Amino acid sequence: MRFTLDTDHLDFAASVDALLGKADLPAVIRAWNTGDTAPGLAVWAKLAETGVNALGIDESHGGIGDPIALTVAAEQLGRHAVPGPVAETLAVTPTLLAAVAPDRLEALAEGALATVAAAPITPYAVDADIADTVLAVDAGTVHLATPGEQHVSVDPARKLFTVVAGDTLGTVDDGQRAAAEDLGALVTAAQAQGLGRMMLELSVDYASQRKQFGRAIGSQQSIKHHLSGVAVDVEMAQPLLHAAALAVRDGADTARRDVSAAKVACTRAAYHSARIALQVHGAIGYTQEHDLSLYLTKARALVTAWGTERVHRDRVMESL
Amino acid sequence: MDLEFDADTVAFRDEVRTFLREHVPAEPLPSMDTAEGFEAHRQWERTLADAKLSVVSWPTEYGGRDATLQQWVIFEEEYYRAGAPSRVGQNGIFLLAPTLFEHAREEQLAKILPRMARADDVWAQAWSEPESGSDLASLRATATKVDGGWLLNGQKTWSSRATFADWGFGLFRSEPGTERHRGLTYFMFDLRQKGVTVRPIDQLDGLPGFAELFLEDVFVPDDEEDPANSGVIGEVGNGWRVAMSTASNERGLSLRSPGRFLATTDRLLTLYREKADQADTALRDRVVDAWIGARAYELSTWATVTRLDDGGQLGAESSINKVFWSEWDVATHETALEILGAEGEVMGPWVDGFLFSLSGPIYAGTNEIQKNVIAERLLGLPKADR
Repeated sequence: MRFTLDTDHLDFAASVDALLGKADLPAVIRAWNTGDTAPGLAVWAKLAETGVNALGIDESHGGIGDPIALTVAAEQLGRHAVPGPVAETLAVTPTLLAAVAPDRLEALAEGALATVAAAPITPYAVDADIADTVLAVDAGTVHLATPGEQHVSVDPARKLFTVVAGDTLGTVDDGQRAAAEDLGALVTAAQAQGLGRMMLELSVDYASQRKQFGRAIGSQQSIKHHLSGVAVDVEMAQPLLHAAALAVRDGADTARRDVSAAKVACTRAAYHSARIALQVHGAIGYTQEHDLSLYLTKARALVTAWGTERVHRDRVMESL
Repeated sequence: MDLEFDADTVAFRDEVRTFLREHVPAEPLPSMDTAEGFEAHRQWERTLADAKLSVVSWPTEYGGRDATLQQWVIFEEEYYRAGAPSRVGQNGIFLLAPTLFEHAREEQLAKILPRMARADDVWAQAWSEPESGSDLASLRATATKVDGGWLLNGQKTWSSRATFADWGFGLFRSEPGTERHRGLTYFMFDLRQKGVTVRPIDQLDGLPGFAELFLEDVFVPDDEEDPANSGVIGEVGNGWRVAMSTASNERGLSLRSPGRFLATTDRLLTLYREKADQADTALRDRVVDAWIGARAYELSTWATVTRLDDGGQLGAESSINKVFWSEWDVATHETALEILGAEGEVMGPWVDGFLFSLSGPIYAGTNEIQKNVIAERLLGLPKADR
């Protein structure tokens, strides 16, 4: 029993964090939100060079096939709120294509972006306008698709599209579809975990500097107790996330249950972090001028992305 | 990264499971907070000790079996899953013993530990005073140097198990005129001796689970010629630092292994399946959240065990554990009472567990103090005058 990330995974996470830390993500996200996706796509190109896009693709299909590395990388992408179809490109599409069109995986491993609509849990394909591959899953059939009507997400960085199904690529069985959705939920949970941590850090920094009544607001117990509550949620969600990644790597019988538990805990922690971050920042947090806004609404969107709390709690109960 | 146990650990789990299946009393023992129940629990500790299972993580010379930390956590999990009796010796085993291993002399260990392992001596903590709760460093009880030892005076309270226990341990101000954390010494004293008055206090469940202690010139030996009988742990005047190693144990891993919470979750799931309206999704959510919380706590324990195995220390993150399990415990019992409906008012195991859970956010450092620790030591928020 050794329940901790291996050094190579820690190093990988640190390198992704460093890469994104130098990329001025707040400016990249703001550009993305107004339709200028070039800086964001440049970040994705850099990420592809690190191998991130190959982590959800099995070695037999030219990928790296490392769900733990995928999870730690996705946490860093969440931490920096990287715009674009993260779970769709890194997790869901590769799993579906492995079942129906493995010849298309090489392009994904090299950095092509992909998105997917898979009703009922994911009726809209996120960022279908910029994705190289758009899929529509209808029951067990996987189609190529094109973006249709756009819907505005609570998170300005997520552009949602109804899709129009085209050519059929093939069919997946229930297990294959579940595996794709589970990996999507795992990556979404990891992103949420990164977001939760980032908003906690921003809140601690702000509360340490902002003075009212002649002292830092973070010296007040009311603020401390708010932020400590977030720390408890975030720290206690972390082992669930790692255990889920481990179960997926090992193909464990408990993988679906473990992913769903992680999805519930990580998104709840992130949402709690968001609510408290807004409260701690006060009015400045309620503006688009402040960077907090870039994380705040994404945390809300990820609560429902790739399965609501209802869906995931039901999956946990079914497994018990 | 893995969650697999090696062959030795698996074999140990099997041995513990078999022993408990064969020895755990079929009928629950009377509460250990009654005179009869206390003695029954003391007897149970001897049954455990005979199998070298009362203090598995201790060295063999003191009655343990040098079990690894992993094995200790597994022991606890099996123990609670088997519905085995509460540990009447737990304050000594989990709070005092770790401090002794770190700070006591060999002679003290040899005299105290084997008797603790068999519950020949049951220990009660004596931390709080009427005017010193969360602010323990404001304590007023004194120790005065006399020939061959010390005289303890003052009042201690909320002393768990003290109603029936044999010995007490706690902090006393040994240097007159000192303030706060300075000038304190960690003492052990015989609760049965002259000068000690024990006033049992009935808890919410109606039983005297803790007591108030009045100390009047209570003699504690401390003689260089007789180290085995010395009632001082560590250096005189260094009590605060010595005690803090115990405080961290109480809050974190040692007292609260995941075992109890996993067992409670198993029972909640059984109750839910037998009694709950399965279409009630709000209730189902609460049951699932209980399971997720217990699983999170279990996994976080394995992460901590790994860190300690790698030479790390338990630090301020034990405050995160404490807030988490204590809030989880209340919420989980509330869920059980909700499932029981009108029967949830009637005294029984779930109501007992509920009443006990209410103490969790208070003892071992209130959750408000823990949140200050998290904020200042883990998050780095500025300290404030309190």
